[in-house]
Amino acid sequence: MKTGDELPEQTYTVTRADLVRYAGASGDFNPIHWSDRVATSVGLPGVIAHGMFTMALAARALDTWAGGPGRVAELGCKFTKPVLVPDDDTGVEVVVRGTVKNVSDEGVHVSLEVTCGDEKVLGMPRAVLRG
Amino acid sequence: MPVDDSLVGRTFPPTAAYDVSAEKIREFARATGSEYDGGAAPATFAIVVAFSAMTALMEQPDIGISLHRVVHGEQRFTYTRPVVAGDELTATLTVDSLRQIGGADIIGTRTEIVDVHEKPVCTAFATLVHRGDDA
Repeated sequence: MKTGDELPEQTYTVTRADLVRYAGASGDFNPIHWSDRVATSVGLPGVIAHGMFTMALAARALDTWAGGPGRVAELGCKFTKPVLVPDDDTGVEVVVRGTVKNVSDEGVHVSLEVTCGDEKVLGMPRAVLRG
Repeated sequence: MPVDDSLVGRTFPPTAAYDVSAEKIREFARATGSEYDGGAAPATFAIVVAFSAMTALMEQPDIGISLHRVVHGEQRFTYTRPVVAGDELTATLTVDSLRQIGGADIIGTRTEIVDVHEKPVCTAFATLVHRGDDA
């Protein structure tokens, strides 16, 4: 990887079943991630993905670009917009893009863009991959 | 009720040791669509360990945090090394900062995750947004 490289876009489908599986695996059982009743009662339009699930998709893209797991030295983002996940068999698509900002002794600095529809769902997502 | 100012700089007791098993990493990897090859855990796996430290903070009765008012605002991980199966990890949370914006408390936390030899593995920085009664 070198400065300016555009990394191949990754598209992931997210369904309600994925959120349930992630709740179990992560231990985050907040009902806004599986119950429309609770989600709407706190003012959300419906069930939303865990922010950490969306971040995990960004990490998945990084592993794909790096050629395997274990090279992420740093990963950070803000949770700016919720990913609404409909109760159907289709789900919703999350797209992860990445650009190599620079390569230093620390590693490869990657600036990410994570979108759902037309919206950026993570704020300033970025990572450092060990060389 | 705003969160108590004396919270800043406070470090909470370490969590009980978390035994990282290959099956747990595989379950987490599958849940995020990744493959587990027997080596490093996915990069956000450390949240499983950090989460218990954050939950302990939010459940402290003397601080004034109501769990259902908390939103995850920001998350960052810095890794000294990847998490692997066989690790015994403990997490120690410190409250680094506290600001009030528009009736919400913005709580900056830092959780140091170390192995059984007290060697650093990962630092997880989380910003928790605690919405006030009217926010």
